[in-house]
Amino acid sequence: MSPKIPLTTPRPSATFDDYTLSEIRRASATGIYDIRGGGAKRRVPHFDDLLFLGASMSRYPLEGYREKCTTTVTLGTRFAKKPIELKIPITIAGMSFGALSANAKEALGRGASIAGTSTTTGDGGMTPEERGQSKTLIYQYLPSRYGMNPDDLRKADAIEIVVGQGAKPGGGGMLLGQKISDRVAEMRNLPKGIDQRSACRHPDWTGPDDLEIKILELREITNWEKPIYVKVGGTRPYYDVALAVKAGADVIVLDGMQGGTAATQEVFIEHVGLPTLACIRPAVQSLQDLGMHRKVQLIVSGGIRNGADVAKALALGADAVSIGIAALAALGDNDPALEAEYEKLGTRAGCYDDWHEGRDPAGITTQDPELSKRLDPVRAGRRLANYLKVMTLEVQTIARAAGHNNIHNLEPEDLCALTIEAAAMARVPLAGTSWIPGVTGAGGF
Amino acid sequence: MQQLIGELMRTFDLAKSPLRELNEELHRQKDGSNEAQWEVLNPRGGHAIAVGLDAPIKVDVLGSVGYYCAGMNKKATVTVHGSAGPGVAENMMSGKVVIKGDASQYAGATGHGGLLVIEGNASSRCGISMKGIDIVVKGNIGHMSAFMAQSGHLVVLGDAGDALGDSIYEAKLFVRGKVKSLGADCIEKEMRPEHHEALSKLLEGAGIKDAKTSEFRRYGSARKLYNFNIDNADAY
Repeated sequence: MSPKIPLTTPRPSATFDDYTLSEIRRASATGIYDIRGGGAKRRVPHFDDLLFLGASMSRYPLEGYREKCTTTVTLGTRFAKKPIELKIPITIAGMSFGALSANAKEALGRGASIAGTSTTTGDGGMTPEERGQSKTLIYQYLPSRYGMNPDDLRKADAIEIVVGQGAKPGGGGMLLGQKISDRVAEMRNLPKGIDQRSACRHPDWTGPDDLEIKILELREITNWEKPIYVKVGGTRPYYDVALAVKAGADVIVLDGMQGGTAATQEVFIEHVGLPTLACIRPAVQSLQDLGMHRKVQLIVSGGIRNGADVAKALALGADAVSIGIAALAALGDNDPALEAEYEKLGTRAGCYDDWHEGRDPAGITTQDPELSKRLDPVRAGRRLANYLKVMTLEVQTIARAAGHNNIHNLEPEDLCALTIEAAAMARVPLAGTSWIPGVTGAGGF
Repeated sequence: MQQLIGELMRTFDLAKSPLRELNEELHRQKDGSNEAQWEVLNPRGGHAIAVGLDAPIKVDVLGSVGYYCAGMNKKATVTVHGSAGPGVAENMMSGKVVIKGDASQYAGATGHGGLLVIEGNASSRCGISMKGIDIVVKGNIGHMSAFMAQSGHLVVLGDAGDALGDSIYEAKLFVRGKVKSLGADCIEKEMRPEHHEALSKLLEGAGIKDAKTSEFRRYGSARKLYNFNIDNADAY
């Protein structure tokens, strides 16, 4: 009898991992690419790879809870007669009625208004619930122009021309038929139940020279009152920012690949675009080279989760940030309390991203009347306001510890990086060294 | 700017006063205004002329205009006695816009309502993403016209270029001349009595008397791309 041969431990492939194999099986079975909501889920260099240095001998801190630390921000100072004044530099990103329920849109407006910040419409137009509950409402001007009309344009506090978004720079949108209720269909002027494609580029302009004229038209229609934002996905931030400034933007919104979408292809979300961290310094450099930093305000979005992320974005040169996925979580999206219902949908709390299917048990990414009723807009709005206030306190905590009486005084010199990649992208020294890859030579202390 | 006291007609000279003043004046006009007729001199290809109007006034622009003339128009009747640059009457809600000459690309783009009449030719992407506007072109239209057209009518007395009505939704297209090619999911459809009736009204509204509805063919959506199906992927 031959001796028993010891077996090797089963070894999963790092290349063909469980998720990859499951996607191959899913694609083989369905013949269609995977569509989902949210932003990039892969690990990319992010704000977690940065640390604040804090004050010590070379800088002195401010007293927490005692010494004032200003958080206000003014957006749209370049050309608009009526710039936007916000109490905090954290805004709510554009999300459509259609992708979200009317109650969710109302809750976002309520929460933002309590906290003293703005919320933003999305593809599909402005709802009365949202306008009514949003003290400051930014009206998105999108390629599809669903629901676009001059009356709502005049009701808005600012106009955001959407060129792209971080989850799918270069891509349009898709609202699948199951979410097209009578009301959504009417607002978008399309039949009920069909898949609604949102165009990837604007129907009546291409390129920055045209955009300059488009901005002129929007300013003329609204009597030069409203700030004009230009939103771009993170692709070539140095040049995109320069061209947006050239076209006449008051504010630039720059969205990295962790920024969410209501629905697009998984392959698009995970494989196109730049991480948020990699976008900020080229954008700020572009503004500085044009002498426009702080004159044209920069809003950064994509993966902002807490006050530390906000503080780091501001320190790298942003004037404000914007949140989407985090705001939905504050309303109650992906709450473990709904675990049993997520399991029925074949997922888990924290992982649910089939927002396009309209079966959200939290009542947020749905048009189903019964599911929508589950979200109380008043209570959900309060949760969002609490979360925004916590983030603001966290930013102040860090700013005071770094010796600043205004959170906008945070600067790159307050930061170091934990990884070489993050040091290169954020252009701050690797922790414990003076080395900024691509900027300074190695060595020093 | 000169005002003719005691008369309804007001004249605004863009060679003497800036665009901002013109649009401000026009925006001041409300329903029932006694300044119901305006004449704009020396447009000289300027952009964003008479945009965002919201009153039943008449504006005659004596010359050619640049981009987005009469953009987002409501209620007003704007006549351009010349040619128009890109995006004329874009996102129009109601009222009437008449171009005596030719129109560049994206004429009537995303328009929700009202009537746009182009007495000459229109370039590419005429009626792109239209959402209820009616467009009548006496001449020809360029390629990719009525792309993703959602609703409303596009009437062409001349010929249409390549890929007419690509990815069209529920807009109705009537063409009297030749169509070079149809876009994805756009097909020729039967002219039923209700279509003759609708077309007749559109022609009448555009002041066209020498065209018979029987000379037109109707095009619209095959509705095969309304819900995604992988087996239709080669249509895109």
